Amino acid sequence: MNKGKKEHKNYIYGIYSHEDNFLNAIDSIRSNGVEIDDAYSPFPVHGIDEKLGLEETQLHTAGFVLGLTGTFTALGVITWISFINYPTIFGGKPFWGLPAFVPIIFELTILMAAVGMFFVYIKRNELFPGKIPLMVDERTTDDKFALAFGTDDMSSDNVDKIKGLLQSSGAEEVHTKSFE
Amino acid sequence: MSHVDSLIREPLILGKDKTYRKITDDIVRNTEGNPPREWWIAFAIAVLGLLLYFVAVGWTIFKGIGVWGLQKTVNWAWDITNFVWWVGIGHAGTLISAVLLLFRQKWRTGINRAAEAMTIFAVICAGQFPLIHMGRIWQGFFIFPYANTRGPLWVNFNSPLLWDVFAISTYFTVSLLFWYSGLMPDFATIRDRAKTKKRKFIYNVLSFGWRGTAKQWSRFESLSLILAGLSTPLVLSVHTIVSFDFATSVIPGWHTTIFPPYFVAGAIFSGFAMVQTLMLIARKVQKLEDYITIAHIESMNKVIVLTGSIVGIAYITELFIAWYSGYLYEQYAFYNRAFGDYYWAYWSMMTCNVLSPQLFWFKKFRRSIFVSFFMSIFVNIGMWFERFVIIVTSLHKDFLVSSWNYFSPTWVDIAIFIGSLGLFFTLFLLFARTFPVIAIAEVKSIFSSISEAAQEKERNNKH
Repeated sequence: MNKGKKEHKNYIYGIYSHEDNFLNAIDSIRSNGVEIDDAYSPFPVHGIDEKLGLEETQLHTAGFVLGLTGTFTALGVITWISFINYPTIFGGKPFWGLPAFVPIIFELTILMAAVGMFFVYIKRNELFPGKIPLMVDERTTDDKFALAFGTDDMSSDNVDKIKGLLQSSGAEEVHTKSFE
Repeated sequence: MSHVDSLIREPLILGKDKTYRKITDDIVRNTEGNPPREWWIAFAIAVLGLLLYFVAVGWTIFKGIGVWGLQKTVNWAWDITNFVWWVGIGHAGTLISAVLLLFRQKWRTGINRAAEAMTIFAVICAGQFPLIHMGRIWQGFFIFPYANTRGPLWVNFNSPLLWDVFAISTYFTVSLLFWYSGLMPDFATIRDRAKTKKRKFIYNVLSFGWRGTAKQWSRFESLSLILAGLSTPLVLSVHTIVSFDFATSVIPGWHTTIFPPYFVAGAIFSGFAMVQTLMLIARKVQKLEDYITIAHIESMNKVIVLTGSIVGIAYITELFIAWYSGYLYEQYAFYNRAFGDYYWAYWSMMTCNVLSPQLFWFKKFRRSIFVSFFMSIFVNIGMWFERFVIIVTSLHKDFLVSSWNYFSPTWVDIAIFIGSLGLFFTLFLLFARTFPVIAIAEVKSIFSSISEAAQEKERNNKH
């Protein structure tokens, strides 16, 4: 979830049917000082970021920087073409008539911000066509919510402790999952 | 924490027995199994239309645009009418998903997916017309700013036609990304309930391997919000720039400063009408009445009456300004529209766009499926005539009386228009059978606040 997060081979996870139980479970588990590795839900659940202690995404910064790149690319290219490389008189207008350039500068700003941000998004979210997703439970894209904990570096005592925490937090099912 | 918005508010998801699972079933069911017979019939008709399109466009490219009804006086007619009409239709999708997202309108979730698909397909149709009306389509790459070998001679950055190239292609790209980023989680839902390996594989590729973890959703929401913020000015700019194609010329009837807002309002108006047509059919055929409810239809009708009235005010303002300007040619252009050779087109436009939508001031009509359906067709006819009136009536009586002329379309003009409908419906029907027509994750996200099932539960808890 966070930067440099380790992918585990083995997970233990609890399943919840209702978003309220799911959110309460996050609180009750984290109040025991245990960090949650992955929280799966079929739709964006409001307020989950703060509960999980996730940092706010920096996607908008990428969008802003890429948008500015678009602005200056368009302005630069148009200026170079119509003022330096091949100045042409169109209907007696000035070579460098900024108002006439505004539409294209605007469009290129939006284009670069949107396209760039989309690629940053799929990169950061580790999405690409054909990627095999590592999901603890397939029902989480339908109607279930899940909290998962990587157990590769854990002693069996700790795994039992997490199992207990999941059960006491209201998880309806607790399972383990191993990825090859 | 989830809670019901209000118990007296009209729910946006009907059905007291609805659960998250049921929502998935209801929506995904339409992509599973064999298509029903109605779908095959509709698809066959659409493909016939598409074939007609290929024939007519092929003939145009082979012979040249002389096969159209154009002459030296009316040198822009159905091609550009169709272009503006389709671009206008392509405005509602992004408006629904972007502007209504910024305004936090929850009713958006039932219709945004199909509306965005409609946008993309309409822009694809629109994009055909500038290409084929060039005449020499194989030199179409001249519209891009590339340094050719004769100069270097570049494109004209002062020309609204070039602005249009950038506006339409940007609009298409951004709408596509917006639509697709919303589709990924829903493709994952289809993937995870797929029965066969092949189906699982295809939908996994389409979903880009979506997992649905909290961090992915957090970025997803951030991306949707920023794309909405970017698309809102974009959608307004696109039709503004389309209107510049006319407004920056010196032809009486075109040379008016009211064009940008008037075109944008008209675009939203026609786009909503097309969404209404498609949704009324889709909800019935795909049994989605619980998700595209009468409340949704009524909301869209409210937008239609608002934008239709803005368009009406614009028509009247144009007439007033033409009179008030004291400029004889401008006055004649408008007199000629209403009472000249094309009076029938003008009054069809006025009736369909300004008069008939006024019925929607009455709640009874806004909530009537029958009235909504016919109104949506009227509006689309009216909006086609609006562009025809603006383009052809302003041209056909030019400054030299000896060259005054009457435009009549040839079979090729008509076939290309009907064919473009075939292209549109072929794409839309394929979409309706293979993609989730309603944004599953978004509908689930409003389920606990404004569905009939949640309200019922809340009521039972109180007692």
